[in-house]
Amino acid sequence: MPTSQSNPIRDAITEAIGGHRVILFMKGTPEAPACGFSARTVAALQALDAPFAAVDVLPDPRIRQELSAISNWPTVPQLFVNGELVGGCDIVTEMYESGELAQALQ
Amino acid sequence: MPSPEDIKRRIEAAIPGAHAEVEDYTGGGDHFRATVTAVAFEGLSRIEQHRLVYEVFGGEIGGAIHALSLRTQAPVKIQSH
Repeated sequence: MPTSQSNPIRDAITEAIGGHRVILFMKGTPEAPACGFSARTVAALQALDAPFAAVDVLPDPRIRQELSAISNWPTVPQLFVNGELVGGCDIVTEMYESGELAQALQ
Repeated sequence: MPSPEDIKRRIEAAIPGAHAEVEDYTGGGDHFRATVTAVAFEGLSRIEQHRLVYEVFGGEIGGAIHALSLRTQAPVKIQSH
């Protein structure tokens, strides 16, 4: 195994997750989501008036690779709260409907 | 291309006590929606439950299987008072 070289993309993702209480990795932007799953996740956050940071994974395929390696989660979108993965579109939607998302974001 | 039956069979074979309902919701053979009930989910968070299902398919998620939308649950437990 080669020793791990500096990995600026992974470091930037880790910093972004650590530096924002609520952060969404998505395809596209909140204003122009590029995928229905990302759009639904954004809609749930916006319905709760929750402020969140967003990162578009599309500009560089390595963002998605590194993100999945960090989170052990294969798909995008991914929502993190307080540095922890909350889930993707299915879980966020389920939590929105049950009221758990509002609680998690308080 | 996997069929909903393939997806169902693989989930049920890999996760102890699992029962899966799978539909191909675009008809294109690459967007699936699955509801999975399994004893193995008891005591696990949703994240952990979904990971168990995703792990069945590894790199196929995002590849041959473009999307696998999940709803997972442990079997309903009735508490008596």
